Amino acid sequence: MFIELLKIELYKIFKRPRTFIAFGAIAVIILLVQFALKVNGKDFVQFYTDSQADTFDIPYEKILNGYFVCVAVLHMILIHVPLLVALIAGDMISGEASLGTLRLLAGKPVTRTQLLMAKFSASTVYVTLLLAWMALFALLGSLLIFGTEDLVVFKETDLHIIKAGDVIWRFFAAFVFAALALTTIAAMALMFSVFSENSLGPIVATVCVVIVFTIVQQLRVPVFEETVNPWSFTTHMLGWKGFFYVEKNAEGATITGSIENPAALLRSGLILTGYIALFLGISIRSFNKKDILS
Amino acid sequence: MNQVIRVQQLSKDFGDIKAVRDLSFSVGEGQVYGFLGQNGAGKSTTIRMLLTLIEPSSGTIEIFGMNLKKHRKEILRRTGAIIEKPDLYKYLTAKENLRIFSRLSGVKVPDKKIMDQLALVGLAERADSKVKTYSQGMKQRLGLATALVHDPALILLDEPTNGLDPQGIADMRNLILHLSRDLGKTLLVSSHLLSEMEMVADHMLIIHKGKKVVEGRVTELLNPEQSIVELLTPDIPATLVFLRQSGWAATLKELVNGTIRLEFNKQQIPELNRQLVEKGIPVLSLRPLNSLEDYFLSLTKE
Repeated sequence: MFIELLKIELYKIFKRPRTFIAFGAIAVIILLVQFALKVNGKDFVQFYTDSQADTFDIPYEKILNGYFVCVAVLHMILIHVPLLVALIAGDMISGEASLGTLRLLAGKPVTRTQLLMAKFSASTVYVTLLLAWMALFALLGSLLIFGTEDLVVFKETDLHIIKAGDVIWRFFAAFVFAALALTTIAAMALMFSVFSENSLGPIVATVCVVIVFTIVQQLRVPVFEETVNPWSFTTHMLGWKGFFYVEKNAEGATITGSIENPAALLRSGLILTGYIALFLGISIRSFNKKDILS
Repeated sequence: MNQVIRVQQLSKDFGDIKAVRDLSFSVGEGQVYGFLGQNGAGKSTTIRMLLTLIEPSSGTIEIFGMNLKKHRKEILRRTGAIIEKPDLYKYLTAKENLRIFSRLSGVKVPDKKIMDQLALVGLAERADSKVKTYSQGMKQRLGLATALVHDPALILLDEPTNGLDPQGIADMRNLILHLSRDLGKTLLVSSHLLSEMEMVADHMLIIHKGKKVVEGRVTELLNPEQSIVELLTPDIPATLVFLRQSGWAATLKELVNGTIRLEFNKQQIPELNRQLVEKGIPVLSLRPLNSLEDYFLSLTKE
């Protein structure tokens, strides 16, 4: 029955025009960024390499390759994708309540936990498809436009060079991690959705929480750095970047196939999974106890 | 007759508000059971409890001889319902809506049967139209089709005639009778349109402020041996004095909006009229409250 429920939820998601707003928006943004970097990419690279330009002869054309552009695109848009995820996940229960269909669903011979898990799973499928779409445009598109070369990644004052043959798996891993991060957002939006009877509330609440925690993280206030930030999901949502930071040997050369801090990545993954479990636990408990009056 | 629904001492509180209080009733197999009450009387809350949408504060519900809490899935698989305004998925067609709701009930209904259901409610020609293009009456009929698509034995209809025009109300009435008489379904139908209930229900329960006021066969409730009789007179004080001093004192019920209500066998109305006239008390009207509407109002009037 769960599979049937999941199919129904996916059917409903992909029958709604609003679902495709996110796919359209992502395609447009990526194309815009790619166009901007094609036209003015040298200035973009210069922004990061300014301090080294006097010491080294920077090979701008080589740095500005498809992999580099894809990482740049991910930096620019992954922070905004939670809004697109909230648009769908935040509407999952509250949208049914405002539409008057929640009472029809809950009066059917399926448990509320099954119903909620089907909605959560459908949101996860949506997130995965959104990221696959993003990968298609950001990675394949950039490779087609800018070609392949070794990937150069800037980390504050440090610089990581990754061989072209060592890059693809990192993108795959980064997209999987981003899927986990966005699933956390979907779980939170779904939780807010359980408590609301209109679609807008949970979407706005989710976006507000993400904005507040992102600002707290960026303020770098010592008290927050010690208390909130190590546990804030917005901190760990950026964990995907870790796949592009590589270990270096004693001579300072990067080690192929390595990750600079795998323990931090694992910790971030576990914390995000913990958040998903927490949000889902609250949702299931509340939804099962909820009197459906809508 | 087998009991399909058996409710005992059912109560539901929302904070300080007692929506349903100690409600007990039973619905027999094949019956059309009218569930009557004014808006806010507790009808929808009760139906929602029968569908597990609302958790009762106390009491038990048995459907098909099984405890609803323990056998929720088995019971709901054999139950169809529409609750108030059935707003379906507006961005889907009628056929798509029916397909979804039949699968949610655990049944994969073939397209032909879906079309039959739509034909039953008069929507076959609009099967492929999106629900957002439907009128309220059409949505109501589609809601009924979703309740019937998995061929349930028990059908719960909460205010099914809401939003329907006179022709739609007549069609709904005929459909209810068809489901009961021809297909042997058991129906619990809530409504505040009492005249409609009078025409379809064979049993009924009147609920007021969450409490059962009366329950029984419609024919018996409409023709009780003891009727409420309404006496309208311009001289209420003199009339009350006469009634209290004569043999009618025990029949006096209440004074409502300038009318005196008495309870006695309606065969005695001519005799009371004769005595009042003999005493020189003017009588403007003297009539039994025997329509369901009158009966309902007499029971629920503050």
